Amino acid sequence: MPLPPTIPFIGITWADALFLLLGGVVLGSATLVVLGRDIIRNGLMLILTLGALAGIYVVLGASIVAGAQVLVYIGAISVLILFAIMLTQSKSASAQLNFQTQALPAALASALIGILLAVALGATQWGSTVYNDTPDPAGTATAAAVLFGPWLLAFEVASVLILAAVIGGIYLAMKPAESEEIEA
Amino acid sequence: MIAGHLEPYLVLSSLLFSIGAFGFLARRNAISMLMSIEVMLNAVNLAALAFGAFMPTLAGQGVAFALLIIAVAAAEATVGLAIVIAIYRNRKTPLVDEYDAMRQ
Repeated sequence: MPLPPTIPFIGITWADALFLLLGGVVLGSATLVVLGRDIIRNGLMLILTLGALAGIYVVLGASIVAGAQVLVYIGAISVLILFAIMLTQSKSASAQLNFQTQALPAALASALIGILLAVALGATQWGSTVYNDTPDPAGTATAAAVLFGPWLLAFEVASVLILAAVIGGIYLAMKPAESEEIEA
Repeated sequence: MIAGHLEPYLVLSSLLFSIGAFGFLARRNAISMLMSIEVMLNAVNLAALAFGAFMPTLAGQGVAFALLIIAVAAAEATVGLAIVIAIYRNRKTPLVDEYDAMRQ
């Protein structure tokens, strides 16, 4: 049985409901990431933010990026952040002040940035396509033709960058040698 | 009617970016600041993908851009967290306002 075009009794389309739900989850959990007191919960809320964003990428028709988001961000970066939290956690951390003394100016500045960007981006005539439902999926083949065509050099540079980051991460995480420890 | 327009995605992206900017400016913990950077990078990703999906001349470009940003974010998180752990080993605190060796 096909679904009705709009949600019964509410009258908004399924795509809109999905966008509003995922967008609400993204904004709410991102707010908890920056405002929450317990840093482990901030890390878990970051995972929720990234997962809901992967859902929005699917709504946008970019399923390959949603897959990369789940693999790289949720699978690798979030786990790395949680490990780093566990390695640097001290018992008194949650009782200490979480925010800098400049928290209020920072809130004003970032609210200004957000409002300015939202108004400017929302009011510009972009000449963009308007779809009835969600955007048509561009397809992974189109994206691959772009990534391995005009963007090939950037792709190769990114792989060199990741190699450098891996070597740098290993070097920084190594225990310092005895001679360096005496100097320090 | 909302999900088929470009502007809602851009507004969501800018709100997410401002949340991340606030976290980066206001938090004391270095790892919280790195998490806020991840939030900001994701906001940029969302804007790039929205442009790629809605502008006919940019078809496919948004996906390529977003994949490269994800790769750079992975490298940044690796090095950033390694630096935080290395500093923590010396100073025994993850709070950035206590890293004041060059001020004294």
